[in-house]
Amino acid sequence: MSLAPLGGALACAVAWLLLGIVSLVPAGGAWFARRAAFALGALVGVALALVGLQALWQPAAELTLPLGLPGLPFHLRLDALAGFFLFLLGGVAAGISAYASGYFAGETPGRLALIGLQYHVFLASMAFVILADDAYLFMVAWETMALASYFLVTTDHRQGPIRSAGFLYLLIAHLGAIAILLAFGILHGGRGDYSFAALRAAELTPFWSSAAFALAFFGFGAKAGMLPLHAWLPEAHPAAPSPVSALMSGVMLKTAIYGMVRVIYDLIGSLRWEWGLVVLVVGAGTTLFGVLYALMQHDLKRLLAYHSIENIGIILLGLGMSMVFVGFGHPAAGALGLIAALYHTLNHAVFKALLFLGAGSILHSSGLRNLNDMGGLIRTMPHTALYFLIGALAISALPPLNGFVSEWLTFQTALQAPLLEHGVVRSLVPLFAATLALAGALTAMCFVKVYGVAFLGQPREPRHAPNVPAAGAAHDCGPAERIGMAWLAVSCFVLGLFPSAFVLMLNRICVALLGGGLPQEALESSWIWLVPTSRAQASYMPLVFIVVIVAVILITVVLVRRFYHGRVRYSHPWDCGFPAQTSRMQDTADAFGQPIRHVFGPLYRMKRHLPGPDDAAPRFALVIEDRHWYWLYLPVARLAGFVSEKIGLLQRGRISIYLLYSFVTLIVLLVFVR
Amino acid sequence: MTSTSGIAFQLLQSLFVVLVAPLLMGWVNQCRAWLQNRIAPPLLLPYYTLAKLFHKDAVIARDASPLFRLTPYILFGCMWLAAGIVPVLATALPFAPAADIIALVGVFALARVFSALAAMDIGTSFGGLGARREMLIGFLAEPAMLMTMFTAAFISGSTQLTTIVHTLAHRDFAVHPSLAFAAVAFLMVLLAENARIPIDNPTTHLELTMVHEAMILEYSARHLALIEWAVAIKLFAYMTIGIALFLPWGIADAGDWAALPLAFAALGVKLVLAGAGLALLETLLAKLRLFLAPEFLSSAFLLAVLGMLIHFLVRG
Repeated sequence: MSLAPLGGALACAVAWLLLGIVSLVPAGGAWFARRAAFALGALVGVALALVGLQALWQPAAELTLPLGLPGLPFHLRLDALAGFFLFLLGGVAAGISAYASGYFAGETPGRLALIGLQYHVFLASMAFVILADDAYLFMVAWETMALASYFLVTTDHRQGPIRSAGFLYLLIAHLGAIAILLAFGILHGGRGDYSFAALRAAELTPFWSSAAFALAFFGFGAKAGMLPLHAWLPEAHPAAPSPVSALMSGVMLKTAIYGMVRVIYDLIGSLRWEWGLVVLVVGAGTTLFGVLYALMQHDLKRLLAYHSIENIGIILLGLGMSMVFVGFGHPAAGALGLIAALYHTLNHAVFKALLFLGAGSILHSSGLRNLNDMGGLIRTMPHTALYFLIGALAISALPPLNGFVSEWLTFQTALQAPLLEHGVVRSLVPLFAATLALAGALTAMCFVKVYGVAFLGQPREPRHAPNVPAAGAAHDCGPAERIGMAWLAVSCFVLGLFPSAFVLMLNRICVALLGGGLPQEALESSWIWLVPTSRAQASYMPLVFIVVIVAVILITVVLVRRFYHGRVRYSHPWDCGFPAQTSRMQDTADAFGQPIRHVFGPLYRMKRHLPGPDDAAPRFALVIEDRHWYWLYLPVARLAGFVSEKIGLLQRGRISIYLLYSFVTLIVLLVFVR
Repeated sequence: MTSTSGIAFQLLQSLFVVLVAPLLMGWVNQCRAWLQNRIAPPLLLPYYTLAKLFHKDAVIARDASPLFRLTPYILFGCMWLAAGIVPVLATALPFAPAADIIALVGVFALARVFSALAAMDIGTSFGGLGARREMLIGFLAEPAMLMTMFTAAFISGSTQLTTIVHTLAHRDFAVHPSLAFAAVAFLMVLLAENARIPIDNPTTHLELTMVHEAMILEYSARHLALIEWAVAIKLFAYMTIGIALFLPWGIADAGDWAALPLAFAALGVKLVLAGAGLALLETLLAKLRLFLAPEFLSSAFLLAVLGMLIHFLVRG
């Protein structure tokens, strides 16, 4: 047993904490936070990713820290699962921190020092969530994470909507935390201590293990933004500064997935297929909801937040299939599902962080968030445009990028359905694959909309036109931002082109959690092949794929130039005989989503104002709201208000009444407790 | 595992598909003209058009980004890749393991996304309109296509197109009701994905009904030629996928070079019939209103899903 990776991970987490604390030192206008903190944080991230990678290949290591409450020391443990999530955290945080070092450079000293503290505490707390080996440390780190991110979300706390977004986030985060605490309580069952080893050893009846599953699923799902606990996500993620949005969407949601896998697969163990079905149904709903509402957004960051909901749904689909297969006693297919889910977790972290950073660059340089004001940014921000394109293709699950690999693996898991003995479940599982297919195609539509409206075409608002040197004309991002985005964009390619290396890594987690992994044939195939079960069943070679496309493109270019000519005349776009074309005639983001509003109309709560024929100032307005607010959130809020009003009757504000309460309580106690 | 002859055959097959694809287009156009009592254009007209377009000077809008100029090449590359994966003449394709049916659907999606992006690049109202409509059709056609493929994959226990075709070609002549559903769904997807009537009209230039044509309005000369060629390869690829899944008999097995002439003849007959059938369908059907297209395609999607469920019911 080697302590090297665990010690390294601990050192990285502590280094982040120290960076945060030093950022607070206000010497010379927060120069440390401005010049060094985020860059050093990026290096720590790289180190943590390497440590996580090393831990994947080593047996689990444990450590007890002499901290915490008396009799409740902090336990740390680094196994394959934790190693993988540390790798994710470190790798993605490295890109985001590099970007942040440029992005935050222009902040005022006071704000910058605070952001530096909260940002690094946030990172460190996520590392501790992953390293924790007892419920106590886990909850402490979990709450630190929630609070640090709450303060980051409310960085611009002078704006009312941001304060209420932060409040909603804090509220749902705590609902989730209570559920997680109760799940730990059930696992503990009044015996032993709260270390994960003791929780793992607990023998539960099916009822209590199902209750623990339900609580853990609810609790972690609230943090992950699954339906119907998602309402905070599209409010809170866009409210935060862009690197923080990237961190929250890219990494923080993944700690919820980590928690789910840790508690359900590791601590509860003995999976049941009924749980898998629950996860599948919720996952399918979350996926479709996320993408359909994303298509209706015109605020770029809100749109990306809705896509985070969708991708959490896709991860849940993989997890659910895995639970169904394991529950029916097919560990190999179950391992495939778990690998698909974890691979998508990693992929989503990378491309969603990249997209949020791209959105941040647009916001930073042009001040625009509304897609309907953008257009033609590819000419003023070519670097951002390139990186954003890579992210958009990756999230649209297009080969040969990384999003495709994990969706491919999820499809392959669904195709194992004939293994199942239960007739109904066997025909249900492919239906969830159909949901995934639909969501994938809708995502592609959504990102054509985003990219086409934001980066291509003409600027929709004349003041953002590139040749007008007015205030607000966009410019490309600086070198630090470029490094951050390039790091994540290259990761999209690496994860997409060399999937078998990562599948081998993830297989180690499956072996640790399920006691079995992929079949031998899948593991022995060479590194360019991705084979989920056997070569006869399915295989995918992304490297060959991209080589062929690139080769054909090059050959065609050479042939066309060689045999014909490369002559080009530049001209006006064709105006179809209507000479008065303006940039306002292009599709807006709302126009692009119109067919979807038409097809899926009943799913949205729409308020439309259409101009009448005799309006002097015709105006078209459309407001789309989430139905969940009306049937779930507002009734619950009203109920809570009603109940607290009734309880409030007790509160009279006179000390004699309060003394009377104490007196009555004492009497009652004396009567009953003897 | 891959012999030299296999690789040579792979290259030859891709080349064959790429070169023959415009011929199929010409044949469909000819049949349609006959059915509509018009004098048919020459069979080789698509080749003349390509040659003409390659010789012209390209006219590009001033604001075009590099994405606009790169897209025709990407489309052509994607379709070439598709032509390499689909077993047209024989199931011996050393390149086939690189991409299975899911990846094949992914290749078509990649091409679609790039053509929609290029359409929005110039910033004309038509480009956006075409892109929006194309993505509307795509988001329903793509899952329907995938579900059709899944039905075949469940029957043969594999997502490799070559394995599927091998299994389906060598099964006993048993009627798979699920395959019948899948075939109808696939036909509907084929019509939609290749911009044919009743979803789109390949010959229209009427602004209100254009989908694919609206997207490529800004292209000219060599770029347009590459796009037209890619469209022809796409139609050919879809036809051969349909043939491979639902009428695979006659295809040559791996290493069975003697069966190749027969495979050629079988393919020729099937394509001639399929092309004539497509022209007949296009003559009989009327173009649907755009907002009936989602209904058309969602029925294709539901048919494909039903086919998949029937497979489980009949077997289980």
